[in-house]
Amino acid sequence: MIKFFLMVNKQGQTRLSRYYEHVEINKRTVLEAEVIKNCLSRSKDECSFVEYKDFKLVYRQYAALFIVVGIDQTENEMAVYELIHNFVEVLDKYFSRVSELDVSFSVSEIHLLSLFGVCSSSYCLHSTDCHSSQCRCSPILHLESCSIWTECTSFWMKWC
Amino acid sequence: MSDVVERTLSALPGLLGQHDPGAGPGGAGGPGRVSASSRLGSLIRSITALTSKHEEEKLIQQELTSLKATVSAPSTTLRLMKECMVRLIYCEMLGYESSFGYIHAIKLAQQGNLLEKRVGYLAVSLFLHENHELLLLLVNTVVKDLQSTNLVEVCMALTVVSQIFPREMIPAVLPLIEDKLQHSKEIIRRKAVQALYKFYLIAPNQVQHIHDKFRKALCDRDAGVMAASLHIYLQMIKENSSGYKDLTGSFVTILKQVVGGKLSADFNYHSVPAPWLQIQLLRILGLLGKDDPRTSELMYDVLDESLRRAEINHNITYAILFECVQTIYTIHPKSELLEKAAKCIGKFVLSPKINLKYLGLKALTYVIQQDPNLALQHQMTIIECLDHPDPIIKRETLELLYRITNGQNVIVIVQKMLDYLKEGQEEYAIISLVGKIAELWFIQTMNAVFSVGGDVVHSDIPNNFLRLLAEGFDDEKEDHQLRVYAVQSYLALLEEEDKLYPQKFLQVMSWVLGEYFSLVTDVDPEVILTKLHSLLKKTFVTSETKAWIMAAVTKIASHTSCSKTVDEIIQELSSSLDTCLRQYAFELKHLCEDKALMKSLLPFDASCSDLVVDASLSFLDGFVAEGLAHGAAPYKPHHQRQEEKLSQEKALNFEPYGLSFASSVSSSGVTGRQSPTGLSFGSDISGNSAETGHKETNTLKLEGVRKLWGKEGYLPKKENKTGKENEPQAVPCGSLLAGQVGEAPALRPEQGASLSEEDKEKQQLASTLFIGLGASAGVSLMGKADTATQKFKRKSKITETHAASNFDPLLDTVPDNVEDSEGSVHTGLRKGSPSSSDTVEDNLAFETPQSLRKSVLDDRISANRLSQSSLFADSNIEIFQPSSSAQCESASETPLVPSLPEELEELPHSEVVGLCQSDALALHLCKVWTDDSLLLIVFVSNKTTAALHAVNLVFEETEHFQILESATSHFPVIEAQSVEHCQKCVRMNKVCTQAILPASVSYQSEMETCLEFSVTLSLMDFIRPMEMTTEDFGKLWLSLSNDVKQNIKMSPCQDSLSAALDTLQQKLKLHRVDVIGNEGILACQLLPSVPCLLHCRTHSGMLALWFRSPCAALPDGLLYQCQKVMEES
Repeated sequence: MIKFFLMVNKQGQTRLSRYYEHVEINKRTVLEAEVIKNCLSRSKDECSFVEYKDFKLVYRQYAALFIVVGIDQTENEMAVYELIHNFVEVLDKYFSRVSELDVSFSVSEIHLLSLFGVCSSSYCLHSTDCHSSQCRCSPILHLESCSIWTECTSFWMKWC
Repeated sequence: MSDVVERTLSALPGLLGQHDPGAGPGGAGGPGRVSASSRLGSLIRSITALTSKHEEEKLIQQELTSLKATVSAPSTTLRLMKECMVRLIYCEMLGYESSFGYIHAIKLAQQGNLLEKRVGYLAVSLFLHENHELLLLLVNTVVKDLQSTNLVEVCMALTVVSQIFPREMIPAVLPLIEDKLQHSKEIIRRKAVQALYKFYLIAPNQVQHIHDKFRKALCDRDAGVMAASLHIYLQMIKENSSGYKDLTGSFVTILKQVVGGKLSADFNYHSVPAPWLQIQLLRILGLLGKDDPRTSELMYDVLDESLRRAEINHNITYAILFECVQTIYTIHPKSELLEKAAKCIGKFVLSPKINLKYLGLKALTYVIQQDPNLALQHQMTIIECLDHPDPIIKRETLELLYRITNGQNVIVIVQKMLDYLKEGQEEYAIISLVGKIAELWFIQTMNAVFSVGGDVVHSDIPNNFLRLLAEGFDDEKEDHQLRVYAVQSYLALLEEEDKLYPQKFLQVMSWVLGEYFSLVTDVDPEVILTKLHSLLKKTFVTSETKAWIMAAVTKIASHTSCSKTVDEIIQELSSSLDTCLRQYAFELKHLCEDKALMKSLLPFDASCSDLVVDASLSFLDGFVAEGLAHGAAPYKPHHQRQEEKLSQEKALNFEPYGLSFASSVSSSGVTGRQSPTGLSFGSDISGNSAETGHKETNTLKLEGVRKLWGKEGYLPKKENKTGKENEPQAVPCGSLLAGQVGEAPALRPEQGASLSEEDKEKQQLASTLFIGLGASAGVSLMGKADTATQKFKRKSKITETHAASNFDPLLDTVPDNVEDSEGSVHTGLRKGSPSSSDTVEDNLAFETPQSLRKSVLDDRISANRLSQSSLFADSNIEIFQPSSSAQCESASETPLVPSLPEELEELPHSEVVGLCQSDALALHLCKVWTDDSLLLIVFVSNKTTAALHAVNLVFEETEHFQILESATSHFPVIEAQSVEHCQKCVRMNKVCTQAILPASVSYQSEMETCLEFSVTLSLMDFIRPMEMTTEDFGKLWLSLSNDVKQNIKMSPCQDSLSAALDTLQQKLKLHRVDVIGNEGILACQLLPSVPCLLHCRTHSGMLALWFRSPCAALPDGLLYQCQKVMEES
């Protein structure tokens, strides 16, 4: 079970958050602050899985941006670790070299991506070149219709 | 697929052209880039530029105020609204509530065009939670979009449903979504399956009838749909793995195809084919193969293949390998695979990559329970990890050590854990680790644990600790030493006057001192009393702890002749403000006046002896009789009083009627003075509460009462626990004394001089850590293998009779095949059952309870055929072993035909069917449906020519069923070629449509043999008609709160209401209360007395069912049955 998905920068500013279990809004900020504190305190050669309260955090750092996923004890940490990378690969393709600014300026776009279940490799994009389309929502729809994607989409769905 | 979307999109060019807000013409770069000049962009920028939280708050509040004005202005266009929603999402993400916008998000989803609708749906799914009341407003929009001809709209609606949907509205969309399973486009089918998965999670009962369709989804030609259905299967198999064993072949085939790269290359992630799908499948296989050698057999090949294929060095393959290893160690073991898995773990653990090391340790921790030898192989690595700079690795290692703790290494391991505990500051870590140490347990350690852990320690831990101390171990002398040691250590701790200890620790101390002070001969009890006295005076001691201390003082006082300190305490506390303490003081005072009584009341070391508690309070009979004679009102239990009170208040009745049924039964049983046992237990609390003590002064002051409660009156909860939990304690304490002296030097073997100092140290540590694993592990492993083969041998006898197993690995044939094999079971049963076709007529007349029979007897004859088949469908008996074919053959052979005893023959009952048999005996079962219960009649027939001895029949209680009276039956002797029977009355405790009641029979022939079997009971076995008038129905209807509505299609042959009602009445044993126009009402009850009411209405070929019941799960269950019978007919 995935409990939440966070994108936080080094300054502790939340760039994106999505909760798969209901958490009250005022508790979210506290949780996010603690989570990022936990991840920031770890050095590069320490492992990417942290135990936090009764669940685990799996995190990955991309430049100044941390992506943190909260999971319960039953989940396979390494699979989630790779899932994060997968997600980033998709963003990278979607924004053609993604940066933190992209993330923060396109909150709704990324939400839509994750809502409609992007979490697969960019390989799926080979067949459908999203840049050729003028329409803003078409990449998402294209992504959605790719077959590889469906696999990960449904993997993602499990956590929703 | 993409062409479909493209076509959809090309149909909307104008629309999309118009609405392209935000994206600056070409300036933003990527397709999804929001222009930095948009309102959101500037908001984000200004927030990023801020330095303090305070400023941020001010800015956001400003933003929210302006947003609030905008969204509520009637002139706001949908396009602007969409932009506002995005900003609201951002504000809420930063932690500022924007609930004023929720309703507008729903509106946007309802009214907007495609793009706006999408943002509306997104906002809804982010803002609202499952139980939010506004969510109901979304339902209509979803229904509309599901019926839309635009694929994109359907897609969106399905996505939202699979994210968030109100449980109670599922029936409104379920038929629509079911239809989508047959949709021609994969993406729609896949999303429909995902939506159904969501429904399964929140309301499993409501999707029960579409299990067949899940099978179709599993066999879908599109891999995406198949992958989606796996989530449902994983969930279902988690809950009930035995029900899906027949699918093992399919899962294996799918995995084989995935691993073999048969999926399109699109599914590859870094050239690994569909990795997450593989993980999913491996988990399913693990669940299916657990403790099941036959099923495990099927998957060995594919697991081997997975291990082989996953050799590329990439994180994702490690993830797959990890899952593979777990599966291999979960299913029935195969040595070849185990070896490979072990090698794989070795690679992980030795890896320099830290994440991989972690994964290896985790796998090792899991595996080590099966095979402790693996720990020996990696002991040096484990030692290194123990001193790893990364605390997470350290903790995982401790977790591992915890699993291999035994009597010889407990000291070292606990020491390591304590070291970690002293470093760690985090509360959760302390709690979990303290739990582990407490199990490994050691007094000195416990003291440290209590001091460090303080009051966050879970209350079970001190309880368990005290229980261990009190119950002791086998060795009397050791117990004694242990207790003396405990007392001494606590006295030493209390020596330091001003030290603060956690409350729980003080409680433990005072209990031990009170109980075992006399074991320590060189300390004057007076000294202990003084110490306790000074504790009582401390302000930081809570009153709960003071109660513990007083209990100790009382115990000590009973063994000393007279004590100044005790007198002082009594005097001081008699005027205490705390009523509880005051009571203790008074009791102590009275007891001190009568030393003999006190001695008998508080015997030494009797905390383990069982108390005789007169639960019926019979010693009060005289008093009660006297009271009654003087005209006092007889005692009424609480619920009866409440009921009476309610009936006096005519106005509104909030109590569900179902409750009153239950209570009227029990209250009729309670006549006058005999109070039920449950109540009298309540009064042991009254011993503590001064209030009740006050009311019943006369009785409670009776010395007899105190005597019965004994000294345990002081510690009622504690002592109760001590008495009840008799779990065997597997805690090693062999090395206890050694630990006291210091680490046993003998344990350290001599090391070669060539080793460096550091290595030597590590070696030493290793030898102390892993001591006892080697030799004993070898033994236990042998033992394990032995038992496994034994098990296998025993089972193989039975499995031999399986001429052909029912597994078919071919994907596409799965559904048909299953039906086939089920069919054969049925016919087999029918043939084999002793009541052959000529008696069917008779049986049929009795198959529904009598009350119903009299009303429908006439219609019955015409309906015979139908109800016959439905009976079989409902109450089919599931047979695990032997298989159906064996069953069929042997049942026809058996010369012993059990028949029902005469008095039961009159009642409605099922046919007698075979349950299981061995060489020596055969079991048959008959269900008898009496008006107030379900009776299971089990016939045990001895097939041999010699008498069978000591035949024991045991039913296991499950969460669903309760066996009244005793769950076992014992036949000392069953004569040769004869049949014995026993009957069991079963109740359904938790509503389910169908569940298995496991049971076993053991008997003594040449050797002790045990046969396992199970009986499948369905909800309908427990449903009886409930007779009532239309008026009563109306009243009851209004008082019930749980309702479920559903429309079902009626087949053309029974399109009239009366035909439908007949079906329901006959097959489901519902009582037809009344029919008015096109509406009908029916009533039934779940035994013993939970009513369920049904309102039916027909309109245009649909039958609208509306259930109400006080029990939430009952309507769901009945709805399922209704759907089933209506489909069948």
